[in-house]
Amino acid sequence: MPTNNFINKNLSDEDIKRLHRKMLLIRKCEEHLGEATKNGAFPGAVHLYIGQEAIAVPLCDQLEDTDWISSTHRGHGHFIAKGGDIKQMMAEIYGKSTGVCGGKGGSMHVADFKKGIIGANGVVAGGMGLAVGAALAAKMDKKGAVSVIFFGDGAANQGVLMEALNISSLWNLPMIFVCENNQYSEFTHTSEVTSGKISDRARPFNIPTHDIDGNNVIDMWQASSHAVRRGRNNEGPTFIEAHTYRQRGHVEFEYTFLSRSYRDQSEVDLWKRDDKDPLLRFEKYLLEQSLYIKNDIERMHKEIQDEVDEAVSFALNSSEPDPETAILHMIEE
Amino acid sequence: MAKKRMMPAINMALEEEMSRNSKVILYGEDAGISLLGQTTGLQEKFGKDRVRDTPICENIMTGMAVGAAAAGYRPICHLLYGNFIYTGFDSIANQAAKLKYMTGGQVKLPIVYMAVIGGGRSASAQHSDIPYPALMNLGGIKIVVPSNSRTAKGLLKSAIRDENPVFYLTAASGGKPEEVPDDEDFLLPIGKAECIREGSDVTIISIGSMTIKAIQASQELENNGISVDLIDLLSLLPIDEETIINSVIKTGKVVIVDEARDVCSAASHIAAIISDKAFEYLRAPIKRITVQDVAIPYAPILENSVIPDVKDIINTVNLLISSRS
Ligand SMILES: Cc1ncc(C[n+]2csc(CCOP(=O)(O)OP(=O)(O)O)c2C)c(N)n1
Ligand SMILES: [Mg+2]
Repeated sequence: MPTNNFINKNLSDEDIKRLHRKMLLIRKCEEHLGEATKNGAFPGAVHLYIGQEAIAVPLCDQLEDTDWISSTHRGHGHFIAKGGDIKQMMAEIYGKSTGVCGGKGGSMHVADFKKGIIGANGVVAGGMGLAVGAALAAKMDKKGAVSVIFFGDGAANQGVLMEALNISSLWNLPMIFVCENNQYSEFTHTSEVTSGKISDRARPFNIPTHDIDGNNVIDMWQASSHAVRRGRNNEGPTFIEAHTYRQRGHVEFEYTFLSRSYRDQSEVDLWKRDDKDPLLRFEKYLLEQSLYIKNDIERMHKEIQDEVDEAVSFALNSSEPDPETAILHMIEE
Repeated sequence: MAKKRMMPAINMALEEEMSRNSKVILYGEDAGISLLGQTTGLQEKFGKDRVRDTPICENIMTGMAVGAAAAGYRPICHLLYGNFIYTGFDSIANQAAKLKYMTGGQVKLPIVYMAVIGGGRSASAQHSDIPYPALMNLGGIKIVVPSNSRTAKGLLKSAIRDENPVFYLTAASGGKPEEVPDDEDFLLPIGKAECIREGSDVTIISIGSMTIKAIQASQELENNGISVDLIDLLSLLPIDEETIINSVIKTGKVVIVDEARDVCSAASHIAAIISDKAFEYLRAPIKRITVQDVAIPYAPILENSVIPDVKDIINTVNLLISSRS
């Protein structure tokens, strides 16, 4: 069966390999966290990005450190895609002094402002205003920088989305709205809490929209490329609704406290298949296009696993934060 | 009577009150399946009409409660974590707390806003706040903070039957199973504290999650010959001044334990009340044990260093006792 519907017009082989590497890096980091949390290896809960890698990666691939992203509680993937350091991310999640936030934030607050990562966010849609503010600054700087808000289908129901769409369009801000519609908010199917099509919400504001398969890395690259170009050329905001699937629970470990299940295992299994899962689908394409042979892919997996293992040992071997630091950083002294 | 933890006790109170009065409705994000366990099984029992899963939209949720209450229902608005009270704060501060007053007393607003509060779970700054200081300053609402499963049941039932907006705030973490009365009319009065241990050397006033720690501290202090009068405050608005003052008259020394940040905390307000109304009985300065002016950090070693613990209480009491008397 010819798979994938990947129609590539713009990407070089090198581009494609780079995207694959980043997606794999996110997948392996998240797989580690999913395993390690079972043994209580680190404090706090994690919301994993597995299955959504084809959204953050191709967009962030077209961004510079001077561009901004703001994301969600499911934010490790965005952090890594935008060039965040996985050692510092792991150390943060392990609650160590070497963490990117010094152990103060944890999984839900990984941020690196030097890299344009305003950060993950514990408040659903909490990053929306932040991204719009960064877009305003970028516009005033006139250097062609853009600002991206990644948000979930659940977050799309917060009223602040309308405020953000209106002001972005009104002021012609270099905003890129990326709604990752993974079909669930917590344990509720999107259809039960969302009316209409989410991307349609941008239309009355005259914001161009893309309603795309978010598990197709090349489609996502193309939509992003349009959005980034518009932002850089001062043409205003763009809205992308990327359809995907949350393969893991809302939060790891959820079955230990939920009183019942909320989706069929068969549904989850379907989305893990190699014609649905964004990474497997991409790897199939790489083989079909003879960009890689099977051995190459295995080698990549090993290489990246080593990189992740190294980040984890870095976290494990780091010291705990000094309790004295708990009172620092509330205000600029 | 059966032993229950906090969440099942809350669940029991909700079920009883929803059975008792068909005007009681409940809504929240994932209220059906229940993230934290308060609402488990209620949708199956009372139907999707009365127990609704809302989208994520705290702004409209808090406002809807005001409208539905004005129009004759008794809504319970489930906001999950205390920090999301901030997300829905506008309608709370500008509408719920003021509509009755602004309209010359025309309307009754029997609303329960419910959330879990506080830290101790490495949930970091946006899921660990104690939001009641901001609420206490609003007026026009009531605030209860149960400390265990028995008070959780009794206060929730009273909150649901109250004709005013009541914030019902329970600790996010912990609590042992305790005896919870089966009585369907087991009500604890809002605005009344409980003296849970009688003593003569020092008064400890504790709020919510801090009560468990205060009980432990009192036990250890008692073993060292210090007799503690321990007051579990339970209500923050209105506040039980009488119980507080009577205890201070007895002991002359007070420690207040509050998981809120210190500035304008419940503890500072209580200290102000005591110095106003019982100054002549004090034999030492009033001591507040609170969180410093920091957000709650993630790493356990950091989090533990900012949230008051049993040792802090014991040390503070010992200092007070050894000071002049
Ligand atoms: C303001 C606010 N309300 C509620 C929550 C609790 N909560 C955390 S994640 C979540 C669901 C988010 O769904 P979605 O936006 O689709 O993101 P996804 O988890 O699917 O990535 C909810 C309700 C929160 N963190 N913040
Ligand atoms: Mg979602």
